[in-house]
Amino acid sequence: MKRPRLTQQNIVIAIFVALFATFSTLLPGFRTADNMLTLLQNVAVLGILGLAMAVVVIGRGIDLSIVASLAVPAGLVLQMVQDGHSVLAALLSALLLTVAFGLINGWLIAYAEVPSLFATLASGLFLAGLGQVAFFQLDVVQWSTPLNPLLWLGQGSPLGIPTPVIMFGLVSVLVAFFLRLTRLGAFTYAVGDNPFGARVTGVPTRPIIVLQYVLAALVGAFAGMVLAASVNSMPTRIFNSTLIYDVILVVVLGGIGLSGGRGGVINVVVGTLVIGTMLNGMTILNVSYSEQNLIKGLVLLIAILADSFINPRNEETAQQGDI
Amino acid sequence: MPFAMHVAKIGRNTMLRKRSLGWVKPTVTALCLLAATAVPALAQKGLDEPFQGPFKKDLAGKVVAFVPVAMNFDLAQGWYAGVKHELEPWGVKIEVRDPNWSTNAGAQAVTTLLSEKPAVMIIHNPDVQTYAKLLQRAENEGIYVVQINMGSAYRTTAFVGANWIEVGERDTEAVVAACKGKSNKIAIVQGALSAAASAYTLKGVENVLATHPEIKVVSSQAADWDAAKAKAITQTVLKQNPDLCGIVGFWDGMDIGTAAAVKEAGLTGKVFVATSGGGAQRGACDLVKSGAFDLDLSYDVPTQAHDLAGIIKWLLSSGMKPGSYKASMYTTLIPITKENADTEGTCWSLAAVTK
Repeated sequence: MKRPRLTQQNIVIAIFVALFATFSTLLPGFRTADNMLTLLQNVAVLGILGLAMAVVVIGRGIDLSIVASLAVPAGLVLQMVQDGHSVLAALLSALLLTVAFGLINGWLIAYAEVPSLFATLASGLFLAGLGQVAFFQLDVVQWSTPLNPLLWLGQGSPLGIPTPVIMFGLVSVLVAFFLRLTRLGAFTYAVGDNPFGARVTGVPTRPIIVLQYVLAALVGAFAGMVLAASVNSMPTRIFNSTLIYDVILVVVLGGIGLSGGRGGVINVVVGTLVIGTMLNGMTILNVSYSEQNLIKGLVLLIAILADSFINPRNEETAQQGDI
Repeated sequence: MPFAMHVAKIGRNTMLRKRSLGWVKPTVTALCLLAATAVPALAQKGLDEPFQGPFKKDLAGKVVAFVPVAMNFDLAQGWYAGVKHELEPWGVKIEVRDPNWSTNAGAQAVTTLLSEKPAVMIIHNPDVQTYAKLLQRAENEGIYVVQINMGSAYRTTAFVGANWIEVGERDTEAVVAACKGKSNKIAIVQGALSAAASAYTLKGVENVLATHPEIKVVSSQAADWDAAKAKAITQTVLKQNPDLCGIVGFWDGMDIGTAAAVKEAGLTGKVFVATSGGGAQRGACDLVKSGAFDLDLSYDVPTQAHDLAGIIKWLLSSGMKPGSYKASMYTTLIPITKENADTEGTCWSLAAVTK
């Protein structure tokens, strides 16, 4: 029988179980079904963004512009409807914008060969700036009544499950399907694991990279609509927040190596659950904001330290592009 | 500067103002009578008003620099539009430096302004410390510094804005009153920890809670002015305490999220949500009407803009040395509730002021 390996994923699962057990015994209100659903609901948008990021990271890239993809297209929908355009026109414009943005990102990285870190850092700033200059009047774009048929994206609980959680589940299934069961998904792993090897064996590496960024932008924009429906507005200032670090955190904590070609949807789910459990438990305990940051940082450091002790890096495992 | 002292006095003691106004009526009547007898002799020539010429000269070509924490939200837009509307016709140039929520960019903007030497700087501080030294330098170099709504630890020539302590006290009093005979459990949704507005408001909340030991605060957390965070916190708190009777929120722009969580839990009307904001139609009155907020204390932005413009006119035409007198103009709060949310004039609309 194979001994369970101490991978980062297993370490994080262990941390999750430990946290969960501690909170369950210490906090009477923690282990109720209601609270579990709230826990999931609070991190659903983060989880969806994590999935988008995972696709790119598995392909050995990183997408720092994902929060802009979350904020700007969804904000555009809300703003256009507010200005009196039809819902359909607004949705189509946002879709076009998202696809165009993904294509530009992909082109910069695959064809112009700009490192993804810099390309998406700049393009994210550009998109967020474009939104502020050209689209939005105010940084919080309010939800208007003609959009109410779309409110179910973020509010309500069919069968007792809040819709953001259902959306997270849905996107998880779709991304898992793409990564595991389609040829393009297999190519993504191949490109992430060894881009030159993949090219030699005939994988169209450049179009695959473009596809990853288009997918990430689309999933990001979808997360934006879920968020907007959930809080009845699109706070576009979210681009300036630390959300992008949380997204990277979810992905890396879950065990998807930044060197590419490893991991999958399950890692994102585990990473999201850890963050969700920590946030929820600390909110119930009424831990102050600064103490929450302290604890979050500590848990992360422990996870990363444990990983580098158990799986030390050497010349063989370290890859180019490793951060 | 007798007028500056006078303004300060009014701020400090309204009783004095009431008493001292008693002599005004008879004096004015007497002056009118005097004028009525004196003017006919001069009526054919017209009389030059001796003060308007210098006033025009004092204002023409002056630069007023505006550094908000960001330009793209209702408060900053409202202040900018109001000040521009009031001062531009006098030939005053309004320049905006938009740090877009970045404290560093803001400090840089203020530093650059020090060498550009505008006549006046309108400063909206992201926190109480960062700009303090810079503002002191600005006044030493002869720039009038007017602070708006979020003050720094360093007091400058003028401050226009809400009294956050009062905001915290009045919101909490309303929540405490709504909790009477209920669970007495309340939650507090703070803004960003470093912001003066948040810290001062919290002090106001504490002041009231100190006199109401029966009230239990089940949660007091910072949501960073972020609606999504406010919603997440409130959801968790409501799941743990479904019998919560009230929430004190620190800004209506963020408390959209708080209210959304209350609504989703089916507790609208049962949990009293009190908050505060600039009183814009969409962000305040509309949300009070919909039942999302039960009380929204408005520090009416157009009034603040008028106060800003007024004090700038006074400063520019006075020629006083920057920083030699320091005075405050605290905004009179407008409590927005179901009763007045429909009334014309309770809220203001951005479209109307930016026209």
